[in-house]
Formats: sequence, structure tokens, C-alpha cells
Amino acid sequence: MTVERGSIEAALRARIDGGGKCLVPYITGGFEGYLDAIRAAAHAGADAIEIGVPFSDPVMDGPVIQKANELVLATGVTPQSILDDVRDLDVHVPMAVMTYYNIAYRFGLERFAKSLHASGIAGAILPDMPLDEAGPWAEAADASGVETVLLAAPTTTDERLPRICERSRGFVYAVGLLGVTGLRDDLADSATVIAARCKEVTDKPVLVGVGVSTAGQAAQVSQVADGCVVGTAIVRRLLDGGGPEAVGELVAEIRAALDAG
Amino acid sequence: MAMTDPTPEGRFGRFGGRFVPETLIPACEELDKSFRHYWADADFRKELHDLLTDYAGRPSPLTECRRLSEELGYRVLLKREDLNHTGSHKINNVLGQTLLAQRMGKKRLVAETGAGQHGVATATAAALFGMECVVYMGEVDVERQALNVFRMRLLGAEVRTAYSGSRTLKDAVNEAMRDWVATVEDSHYCLGSVMGPHPYPWMVREFHRVIGNEARAQCRALLGADPDVVTACVGGGSNAVGIFSGFADTDAELVGVEPAGGAAVDRGIPGVLHGSESYLMQDEFGQVLEAESISAGLDYPGIGPEHAHLADIGRARYEKVTDDEVIAAFQLLSRTEGIIPALEPAHALAWMSRARDELAGKTVLLNLSGRGDKDAVQMMEILG
Repeated sequence: MTVERGSIEAALRARIDGGGKCLVPYITGGFEGYLDAIRAAAHAGADAIEIGVPFSDPVMDGPVIQKANELVLATGVTPQSILDDVRDLDVHVPMAVMTYYNIAYRFGLERFAKSLHASGIAGAILPDMPLDEAGPWAEAADASGVETVLLAAPTTTDERLPRICERSRGFVYAVGLLGVTGLRDDLADSATVIAARCKEVTDKPVLVGVGVSTAGQAAQVSQVADGCVVGTAIVRRLLDGGGPEAVGELVAEIRAALDAG
Repeated sequence: MAMTDPTPEGRFGRFGGRFVPETLIPACEELDKSFRHYWADADFRKELHDLLTDYAGRPSPLTECRRLSEELGYRVLLKREDLNHTGSHKINNVLGQTLLAQRMGKKRLVAETGAGQHGVATATAAALFGMECVVYMGEVDVERQALNVFRMRLLGAEVRTAYSGSRTLKDAVNEAMRDWVATVEDSHYCLGSVMGPHPYPWMVREFHRVIGNEARAQCRALLGADPDVVTACVGGGSNAVGIFSGFADTDAELVGVEPAGGAAVDRGIPGVLHGSESYLMQDEFGQVLEAESISAGLDYPGIGPEHAHLADIGRARYEKVTDDEVIAAFQLLSRTEGIIPALEPAHALAWMSRARDELAGKTVLLNLSGRGDKDAVQMMEILG
């Protein structure tokens, strides 16, 4: 029996409608203790959770997430094994997978969408699938009730931005800077700029990811955005051996900063 | 007809496309637009033609191989891309892209390299145009191509080692794309093969079309006809596409030769890597496999999307050869013609050597895409 977790957009809207800001942590699927880390993140106040499905060539990811990917792939974890793990997980916040197009393509787009749904996974983020190539996947995802989250970047033109926001489901993933995922000392100016540009053209939740590493940066960007995605900072804690407790602590810290406004 | 322009979305049949992060899409669109504009611009074409002539040394000769022909039992012609400045065909594409990048106001070139030939060519063009240049190279290749690393540094480029994954060409591309994602506003990604997101596979083919155009005219002057077979090695496939493009509308048979350890077409599984949909070496879960061969320049698990299309429609066929066959071919050309080939085109010669019965009585044109200086140390260790 699949655990009922609802849609990502509904969960984020509930938070926004209550006057709050959204927090979506990213956790590398298949990493040692990752199921407990997902539980800890949900318990600490995550509104939705992104589960990374490791790919051999993650061009949108920096060294930390690459390293976690490599460690997981070396243990023989597969996309299917991650979906199987998550299906029965006693976590009631919605989840999305974040992976690369070839994983879904090799699985079979339709079969991948159906498998996500069957595992109670509400959404998918494929960072190397721009709007222009989204057609076949989005059709399969829509048919299975899977929300396809699209990315908007600082370089996205005014002409493209409304079309991306229109086609995105769950939320709009606003890329905070020019670059790949990773820890940054300061929030880039581009983070609030892209958030504001998205907010101008859509009513969907707008979350900023890439380059949001700390509670302070999360609160800062959420002055403009509806919330944020935090990935590398969390995976860094897993790589450092902090386990689910360290993930829970960081999520709680960011949650508190967002709630304090 | 084969080898026409791709669709506006960059599709060659069902292959190609533009699978890159949104951050890079506007840059790809701008590049597409600029390339279309300048490729139709007489001043741009003249400037590129002059560079290819006065700087790179084109046209490259067509050499008839008397002793090799005797040895193999059929007539062999070589298109001598090994005689270009920097020692391979790579300079054609690099001069085209660098001139284009300059027109687009870019100040910095980013490139990946396997054997180092594309890296050296890019570093050369950057020096010529006074541009900043960063070349990514896998750790394994940095070790086996130390001479080219030195050449790139001498030319003023920064060589950055890629330590991830298989630490070869595939990973150098990953790092170059990550760099480009962060620097797209002032940097041009000078991609070295007919791969990547649209418009690269098409644009790089057009910059290498000069190989096929020259060879076709040279063959007609020499033979009064087209050759029966045109062959070239294939990693991503830029030199092959360059020479094939001159003969796509003739009766010549087109044969691409891949290393056995990096034969993407042979396995016939479509996938998406580095921006385009094509044949790709991968496991059952979609994880990309590591290509392994004696030649750093062909150690790539994919193949350009147009090659996948040519294979699909039957206009070209793709063979594979082993490292041992390549080593024998490397020596064969050296001894019979006094030409030391790069290990990459030695793959095509290895197939020619194996297929001598099939090729008896025919005229075969081989694109000798590069010279073997860079491989001398490696081969000295192997041959003793």
C-alpha cells in the first residue's frame, strides 16, 4: 500500500497560505541512512523532500553532490531500488525525485512516470531537460499524475520565463546563480532577482535553489521567494558522517530562520 | 538526402536536440543565431578561409599510397589532415568557433580535450586571438598525453585536471559544461566534436566540411571519379563527419571505425548525454559506461547524433577494431609510407587492413586526421 502524501503544489500552497515560507531539502537517494534522513527532515519541518537519484554524469552538480553520487553508485543502488525503498516509507510530506534525463529515458519515460506514481512520489526534476525538450516526458508525467518541476535561470529571457512557469508543476525552481550546485559564502544577488522575475509572471510557488546553503541565506532569499531548496549543505553533513541527526538539525535550523522571517 | 541541415530543434532524424540546463539555453540560442548569421556572411567566410589558408596551411594534400596499396591489395588515398597546423583536423573547427566567439564579444574560451589535440588547437587559437583559455582534461589523459599538456601551457592556456568519474574525455566534458554554466556570460564553450547541444553537432560539421569538399575535388582531379569507400575513425566523430559530408551525395560507401572499447553504435542503445540524444554506452539503468581504448581521443562512450542518424538510415556503417589491430596499423603506415599516424586514424587503417578481401579492387580514401608525434612516448613503451 502506497503511503498517501499528496501533491507538492498543495503542500507548498498550504504553507504559503498560512503565511509561511517553504523549505525543500535535497537528500541523495541510496546514501547510507538516507531513509532516516528523510524522516528526520520531514520531522524537522520540510514541506516537501527532493530525493536525488544518482547519475554517473551530473553536469548541474558540484563536487559535494557528485561525491555522494559516486559513493552510492559504487554500492550498486539502482533507480528502482530507491523507488522501492521510498514506496513504504512512513513519511507524509510529498516527495520529488531529482535526477537526469537519461535515467528516465533508459527506464522508459512512461514506465518511469508510472513507477514514480506507484511509489508515492509526486514530482520529478530533471535539470538537463529544458522546456524545449520537456514534451515527451511531461506528457508521460501528466498522464501518471506526476508533477514536472522546471527550472528558471538567471539567464532565462523574458520571453521564455512565462512559458517555463506556465509548464512547471509543483513549483517553479528558480536557479539562484550562474553555476552548479555547491556551498557559497554569500547569497548571490541573482537569487532574489530571478525569484522576483518569476513571481511577476506566475502564481505558482517560486522556490530558489542552487547557492542557498545556510539558514541566513534561506531567510534572505525567502524575503522575495516563497521558499528555497537546500541540497549541498545537507549532503555535506551526510558525507561528513553526521547521519540523520545532522540532517534533522540543519533542517530545523533553517525552518526556524524561515519562521522567524 | 543524407547530411542536410538538422531541424530548427537540432534533430538529425530522431537524434540530437538540446538537453542542457536552462542556464545554457539562451547561450545555445544565441550561438545558433550568430552561427547562422555569420556562416552566411561573406566577410566572415573570407576571414575564416584566409586563416585556414595562411595560418593552418590548407588545403591539406591528398596522398596516394603506393607501397601501402601494394601491401593491402587495393588503392589507398590519404586525406592529410595530419599536416595541418597543430597536427590534426581539430584546427578547422577551432578557428571557426574562435572567430565566431570573437564576433560574439566573448573574451574566454573553455574546452575539453581527450588526447589533447583539441585542447592544443583551442589554446593555439586563443593565443592567436588574444583570448583567455581554460582546457579541461581527465587525469588519466593528463598522464598519458603529457606532451600536449606542456604544449597547451606553453601556448598560454590553463589546463585543469578532471578527477571525477572515469577521468577521461567524458569527465572533461562534464567539467567544461560545469564551467560554462558558471561563466556563460563572457565565455564561449569551444566544443571539440560533433556532439553536445544544438547547434554544436551541426556547426562543428560545417566547420569541418572543408575536409570533404577539398577531398572530393582532389579525388575527382586524380581519379576522375569518387572513391569507392571513404573511411575515418569515430570518437565523437568530427573528422568522420567532415570527410563524409563531401561524399554523402555520391555512391561512395561511408565507413566509421570505433574502438572496440568505445563502440557506441555497435551496442545500439539510445541515450542522452552532454546535450544530445544519440547512441550511448550505458548499463541497464542508464548509467554511462566508461570507454576504454588505447587512444585517448576516441575514449568517449557516445557518438555524435548525426552519426547515429547515418547508421539508422543505412547511409554509413560503423565498424570496431581492437587495440592490437590499431598497434599493427600504426606500424604499418609508418613503415610503408613514412607517415606516423595518430592512434585515432590508425583505427580506420586497422579496419582497412582487416577488410582487405572485401576492399580488393576498390579505391579507399582514409581521412588521416592527425599525426602520431603525441603518441610516440606511449607507443615506445608498448613496442619497446
